[in-house]
Amino acid sequence: MQTALSIAMDAFAYGMALFIICIGLSLTMGLMRVVNLAHGAFAMIGGYIASYVARDLGLGYGFAILLAMIGTVLIALPLERLLYRRIYDRSELSQVLMTIGITFCVIGITNYIFGPTLKTIPLPTGLAHPIDLGFRSIAGHRLFVIASGLVVAGGLWFLIERTGFGIHLRAAVENVAMARALGIRTEIIYAASFALAIALSAFGGVVGAEFLPIEPYYALRYMVTFLVVVSVGGAGSIGGALAACLLLGAIDVTGRYLMPEFGNFFFYLAVILVVCTFPRGLMGRARSHG
Amino acid sequence: MAEATIRSAAASRPGPLLRDLLGLGLIALGGLAGYLLFPDNLAFLTRLISVALLVLSLDLIVGYCGIASLGQAALYGAGAYTAGIACLNGVTEPFLLVLIGAAAGAMTGLLMGAVMLRAHGLPQLVLSIALVQLLHEAANKASWLTGGSDGLSGMVPAPLFGVFEFDLWGRSAYLFGLGLLLVVFAVLRLVVRSPFGMLCRGLKEDPLRISALGIYAFPVLLKMFVISGAVAGTGGALAAIATQVVGLDSVSFELSANALVMLVLGGIGHLYGALVGTVIFMALEHVVAAANPFHWMTLVGAVLIAIVLFAPRGLSGSLDQLAGLLTRQGGRAGR
Amino acid sequence: MTPVFEVSRLSKEFGGLKVSRDISLAMAEGERLALIGPNGAGKTTFVNLVTGRIRPNSGHVRLDGEDITALGPEQRVRRGLVRTFQVTRLFPDMTPEEHVIMTVLQRHGKAARILARFHGDSEAADEAADVLATLGLTEVARRKVGAIAYGQQRLLEIAIALAQRPKVLLLDEPAAGVPSADTPRIEEALARLPASLAVLMIEHDMDLVFRFARRVVVLAAGELIFEGPPADVARDPQVREAYLGSYAHAGSHA
Ligand SMILES: Nc1ncnc2c1ncn2[C@@H]1O[C@H](COP(=O)(O)OP(=O)(O)OP(=O)(O)O)[C@@H](O)[C@H]1O
Ligand SMILES: [Mg+2]
Repeated sequence: MQTALSIAMDAFAYGMALFIICIGLSLTMGLMRVVNLAHGAFAMIGGYIASYVARDLGLGYGFAILLAMIGTVLIALPLERLLYRRIYDRSELSQVLMTIGITFCVIGITNYIFGPTLKTIPLPTGLAHPIDLGFRSIAGHRLFVIASGLVVAGGLWFLIERTGFGIHLRAAVENVAMARALGIRTEIIYAASFALAIALSAFGGVVGAEFLPIEPYYALRYMVTFLVVVSVGGAGSIGGALAACLLLGAIDVTGRYLMPEFGNFFFYLAVILVVCTFPRGLMGRARSHG
Repeated sequence: MAEATIRSAAASRPGPLLRDLLGLGLIALGGLAGYLLFPDNLAFLTRLISVALLVLSLDLIVGYCGIASLGQAALYGAGAYTAGIACLNGVTEPFLLVLIGAAAGAMTGLLMGAVMLRAHGLPQLVLSIALVQLLHEAANKASWLTGGSDGLSGMVPAPLFGVFEFDLWGRSAYLFGLGLLLVVFAVLRLVVRSPFGMLCRGLKEDPLRISALGIYAFPVLLKMFVISGAVAGTGGALAAIATQVVGLDSVSFELSANALVMLVLGGIGHLYGALVGTVIFMALEHVVAAANPFHWMTLVGAVLIAIVLFAPRGLSGSLDQLAGLLTRQGGRAGR
Repeated sequence: MTPVFEVSRLSKEFGGLKVSRDISLAMAEGERLALIGPNGAGKTTFVNLVTGRIRPNSGHVRLDGEDITALGPEQRVRRGLVRTFQVTRLFPDMTPEEHVIMTVLQRHGKAARILARFHGDSEAADEAADVLATLGLTEVARRKVGAIAYGQQRLLEIAIALAQRPKVLLLDEPAAGVPSADTPRIEEALARLPASLAVLMIEHDMDLVFRFARRVVVLAAGELIFEGPPADVARDPQVREAYLGSYAHAGSHA
């Protein structure tokens, strides 16, 4: 019973960390139709910056998160201008190749600068210790991740459904040409959503580092996991991404606890089954293909 | 009158066949040159041939059917492991082993096609990755059969034609591989020019048009997955026979991604590009990766970005274009 | 005599927008029917519905007396219900000859053969040459489609359709986008379509419609509002309203 609860708690927290990292990918994919395999690379860059700030500079965890988000966006924005903009309306294969290329470059350069070793991000004492909930105690960090995930989901929902920016964003998702004709500056919407997506992925990379440790191959190792989340959830859907993250997180964590010797076998099996059953994603809107 | 010309010409079209023979001759010449120039690197060159078969098989899926896959190594690994296991269990005749590998690849291709063709776009890509990862995990877990993370080793294939041993210098293995490559390449040239091959090209460009002719896409594409699997499986079997080890890296996402990079580097959709890309990529890797594997990654990444931005049709495509420009028919010569 | 093609009470909604309302229509063998209507009336959608490209919300489609509503698009084509596209769908890298050969091979059940040369089937090549000659495309038969004139591409669309030996042919604006100098060639081709073939043509050019069809149906906002001889179309008040909107009202009130 105790283990079941702690597995569930771990799975929940892990799913939420995945959600924070992936939701940006899902939104940009729904908006710009770019298959961005390099999304994980930005989460990784965030992790590296946070580790540098917290360990080498000795600043606090909050600072580490903030600087990681700002730093990653500053690195990513020129890439958006120089590279991503050229592939917005290119074929899927071109997008896959370009973003794999970016991923490889990030891995190579990161390793050149920081070396191949694992980087830790020291947790503040408040999060490092278990927190007593009365009936049982839970690692503070897990609670923090879960809370962050809920805040991100709620914040995004509010942003998209209740603000002017959200209206423009949804208009651009629905019909770019029409949105442009109505005077919406879509390239600004694109750049802003891209920056938001990157900032969130950096945030997720930092708070999720306990589950997905920061090292140069991070960008490649978890690429599949992130893509899976988006294609299972359906691009552009917050609810879908949340459902997919919790489902896949649960399968992954449970599998590791109960049958560690099978590695990711059941995870991938579940992915194949889910994608085959819902080829458009759990909550993806059916898009008419000609 | 013009109608009559069409009829008579339809019966005999020497052009493409002649070009194919020329192409095969060039490949054979290149292969023999490699044999004479690098007698100490034959093991590497044999591995190159086996990977070239993998990349050729990927071209059938990506270049001729327009389906992006990052899981092609599943088919290659299936061939390698099956041939390796068969060899360890007493089937040592090399040609038979290649057939076994090809059959295993074809079976896996059938499965992969049946799964991947259920989706489109990103979900399809994800399925390809999940499939290769699933096989990877399975091969890792079933260590009683596959040797797990240590892989298979100790295969001793019988001498080629009962005469030529697969020795330490790898001469028989290399020539065996070269022969296989030539045969496969010739067969594939015929396949892509068959009605079936034309149909695949059509499906790649406009599935709706093909459907409006009353043709179902699924069985056609599935057939291509099976052929592709047989080719990749042949490559895997060749690797198992020549190197006499089969490791988990032969069913990996990394190998699949590299194969795609090689294909795109060479140019997709005309088979020659697969060979060009494989040779350039592996030769460079041989040199650069030996010095520093991470510099190698950065370089590959930069090359990929450059290809997408400046040479979307790959090196051989750009060469075509260049040749076209030089002969002043660039616009019309475009394939 | 049973109609060769019959549509009954076909309806389709796109998220609340009714693009087909209760459309019923029948065609006899060899009939020439024109379907006209303002832009966005739902004409292409009607073709998509009856060919199985889109599933209707309700209604039935019959071909030669057989209910084909439940069949997929490929099956309908194989039974002889063939269409052309309003915007040509051709392969720019292939030649007209190759397009037609592929079509003929499909009819012979040889389209997916691996152990054969595409250009090696002389029976298919001869038939393709005949079809291309009928449409006056022999000269460009070996050029890449991307390099031939748009009018010729439209003719090729018709050639492909004919090579499928249809029972019912649906032409979606066969002259759309063709320079007016080339329209006579299209019209000529239409006039020479096999006499037993039932043809439904969607067209905006009324002169073409008058010369081609003996019966016209008018679709407006997803609904059939007129059926009759071409000469009566222009006089029908409902049709005038559909095309001219409030101006028609203004006229009638004045
Ligand atoms: N897949 C779809 N989803 C939603 N609406 C659609 C879809 N396809 C068509 N429509 C709408 O249905 C209506 C009818 O379109 P359709 O293309 O059938 O018109 P049409 O009569 O062929 O016009 P035109 O003369 O311009 O070719 C239009 O308002 C169009 O926007
Ligand atoms: Mg239309």
